[in-house]
Amino acid sequence: MAKRLSTKRLALTGNEAVAEAFKQVNPDVAAVFPITPQTELMHKFAEYVNDGKVDTELIAVESEHSAMSAAVGAAAGGVRAITATSANGLALMWEILYIAAGMRLPIVMALVNRSLGGPLNIHCDHGDAMGARDAGWIHIYSENTQEAYDNTLQAFRIAEHREVMLPTMITLDGFIISHTTEVLEILDDETAKSFVGEYKPLTSLLNPDQPVTMGSLALPDYYFEHKRQLVEGMYNAPRVIEQVAKEYYELTGRQYGFLENYRMEDAEAAIVVMGSAAGTTKEVVDSLRDRGVKAGMIKLRVFRPFPHEQLANALSHLNSVAVLDRCISYGAQGGPVFGEVRSAMYGKTIPVHSYIYGLGGRDLTPHMVESAYNDLFEGKSDPRMRYLGLRE
Amino acid sequence: MSKLKGWKDIPIGAIVPHGGTAFDYETGSWRSFRPVHDRDKCIDCLDCWFCCPDNAILAEEGKFKGFDMMHCKGCGICAKVCPPKVGAITMKPESDFRE
Amino acid sequence: MAKLTEIRWHARGGQGAKTASTFLAEAAIHAGMYSQGFPDYGPERMGAPIRGFTRISDQPIRLHCAIDEPDVVVVLDDTLLDNVDVCEGLPETGIVLINSHKDAATIRSKIKWKGKSLFIVNASGIALEEMGRPIPNTPMLGALAKISETVALDALLEDIQKKFAKKFKAQVVEGNLRSIKRAYEEVRAA
Repeated sequence: MAKRLSTKRLALTGNEAVAEAFKQVNPDVAAVFPITPQTELMHKFAEYVNDGKVDTELIAVESEHSAMSAAVGAAAGGVRAITATSANGLALMWEILYIAAGMRLPIVMALVNRSLGGPLNIHCDHGDAMGARDAGWIHIYSENTQEAYDNTLQAFRIAEHREVMLPTMITLDGFIISHTTEVLEILDDETAKSFVGEYKPLTSLLNPDQPVTMGSLALPDYYFEHKRQLVEGMYNAPRVIEQVAKEYYELTGRQYGFLENYRMEDAEAAIVVMGSAAGTTKEVVDSLRDRGVKAGMIKLRVFRPFPHEQLANALSHLNSVAVLDRCISYGAQGGPVFGEVRSAMYGKTIPVHSYIYGLGGRDLTPHMVESAYNDLFEGKSDPRMRYLGLRE
Repeated sequence: MSKLKGWKDIPIGAIVPHGGTAFDYETGSWRSFRPVHDRDKCIDCLDCWFCCPDNAILAEEGKFKGFDMMHCKGCGICAKVCPPKVGAITMKPESDFRE
Repeated sequence: MAKLTEIRWHARGGQGAKTASTFLAEAAIHAGMYSQGFPDYGPERMGAPIRGFTRISDQPIRLHCAIDEPDVVVVLDDTLLDNVDVCEGLPETGIVLINSHKDAATIRSKIKWKGKSLFIVNASGIALEEMGRPIPNTPMLGALAKISETVALDALLEDIQKKFAKKFKAQVVEGNLRSIKRAYEEVRAA
C-alpha cells in the first residue's frame, strides 16, 4: 500500500502544471523561446525566476535552434538544463536534438504537441513529436494535467540515470491539456526535490581537474560504435522507467508504466492510443461495457523506447486491435504508432487497424471513438488507414 | 595501427576523457619525406620551432635539439623556413631510412 | 455513478467567456469537486463568436473533448442568438442562461430550443452599474450559481475574492463581488 504524503490540490492548466514541476526541480539553466501553445509554460516559469522562487539561469534565446543549443551547452557544462517548445519550434531544434542525444546529455524538454502545418495551424496533433521519434530522445506522453506534472518529475530521474543518459521529452496535448484547467495534486516542494534528487553529471566541461573534449568528431571508424552505445541507453531505459515509476507510486499512489491497460482482462477488441484521447476512450469503453460489449483500451505512455514485448503480450488475447494515431506518416500504411504496434505483433494473426484522428486540433468525440470500436466488433476491415472525424 | 575498440569500451557520448590526447596519436607514420638536420650549419634561430604545425621540433634552452619523429608528418615547413643562407634542414625520402 | 454537469459558454471575443469557464472550474475544484475549464482556442479576435466549456463532477473527469451535448448553456451576449445556434445539442431538460435586458418573449423567439428552464439576467447592466464596465462574466457566474447545481454562491464569492485580491484594487474586487450577488438575486425564469 502506498503511503500518502502531504499533497496540495490545485486547479491548474497543463502548462502551469509542468511549470510547477520545473519550479520544484529548480533546474540550473532554462533556455526559452516562445511558441503557441507552449508560451504560457515558460512564461509561468519565467515568473518563478523573476520572483526568486527558483535560482535558474533563464536564457531568452533568439530561436528554438538556439534554445536547444543553449541547453546542450549548459548540459555539457555539467548542469541540469531544461527547455520547452511546440511544433515548428521542435522542427527548428531538429538538428540539435540529435546532437543532444548523441552527446548523451540528459536535457528535459516539455513538448506541447501542436501540428506542423501547412496550412498554418496552432492546434494539437502529434506530428511534431513523431518527426523527432528517431532522434534518440525518450518520449513520454501525458493524458492529463496530472500526468504532465508527474511525468515531468519522473523525466529527470530517467534522463539522468547513469545507465540511460538520454534527453527526455514529456509531451502534453496542445490546448486540450496545456490550456485546460484541471485538478492537480502536487507534492510538497521538499518531497518533489528529494524524489528528483541532486544532479551529479558524469562529466563537465567546466571541471578544470578533469579536462575533457565534448562534441568531438567521430569518423567512420567510431561513429557507428557511438550510435550502438545510444541504443544501449534505450535498452537500459525500460528498467529505469519502471523503477522510477515504482518509487513514484510509493510516494503518490499514482501508478505509471509503459502501458495503462484499461478493462483489458476479458476484452475482445481494444484501441491503442496516446495522450488526452485516452481519457475520452476510457469513457467509451465504460459505456460499451455497460451494454455488454467487451471493449478494452491500452494507453501507451512511453513511445520511445517502444514497449514492443509488453504491448504484444497485452494484446495477444484479442480478436482485433485498432491503433489511433494523431499523426499521419504520409505514404506509409498507417500512422507511426500503428507501424510500431503492428511490428510488435509480428507473427501473431490478430488484425491491427490504423485510424487517424484529431489532426490540427480536430476534436475527438466519444462518437468517433465508438465508431472505431463498432468497426472492430463488426469485423469491418480495410487495409488502408481510416479516419475519425474527417468529412468526405 | 592500434586495434580499434568496440562500442562497450569507448567513452559514453563520444567525449574525449582527458586532455593532450593528440600526443598519443602517431602521425609520424604519415611521413614520405623526413627532415634531416645539419648541426654545423644551424644557427639556432628556431624559426622551425615557431613554424612547425605539429610541435615536432624539440628545443632546449634556446637550442635546436632534434625532431619528434613520432609526430613529424614530414610536411617540410621547417626546411622551407630555415633561412636560405643557413640551409640546415633538408628533406630526404623516408624510404631511404627504412630497410 | 458519477454526476457530471457540462456547461457550454457562448460569447464574443473579449467578453470573458474563457475566463468565466476557467473561474467556474477553479471555484469547483477549490470547493472539493473535480472540474475542467477550457475555451475553444483560436486566433484572438475581439467580437468574434467564441465558446468556453466547463465540466464539473464528483468523480475525476476523463473526457478531453468539446461539449456537444451540454446540460447548461450560458450566453454572455444576446446578439449571438441571431447568428449562432447556442442551444445546439442541449436536451429539453437542460438549462439556458442568457445575459440580456430584453423580455422573455423576445428571447424565446430567437432560440430554437423548446425546453422549460430558460433564465435571463441583465449581467451587462449590473456590471456597468457596479463596476463601470459592461463585462458580464463574473455576474453571469453569480446567476449560474443560483439556477444550477454547479457551485454554491459562498464558494464562488470566496474563490473570486481570493483570486482577485491578488491582482486588483479593493474597489474592483468589491465591484465584482457585488455584481455576482446582484446577478444571483436578479436572475429570473423566462
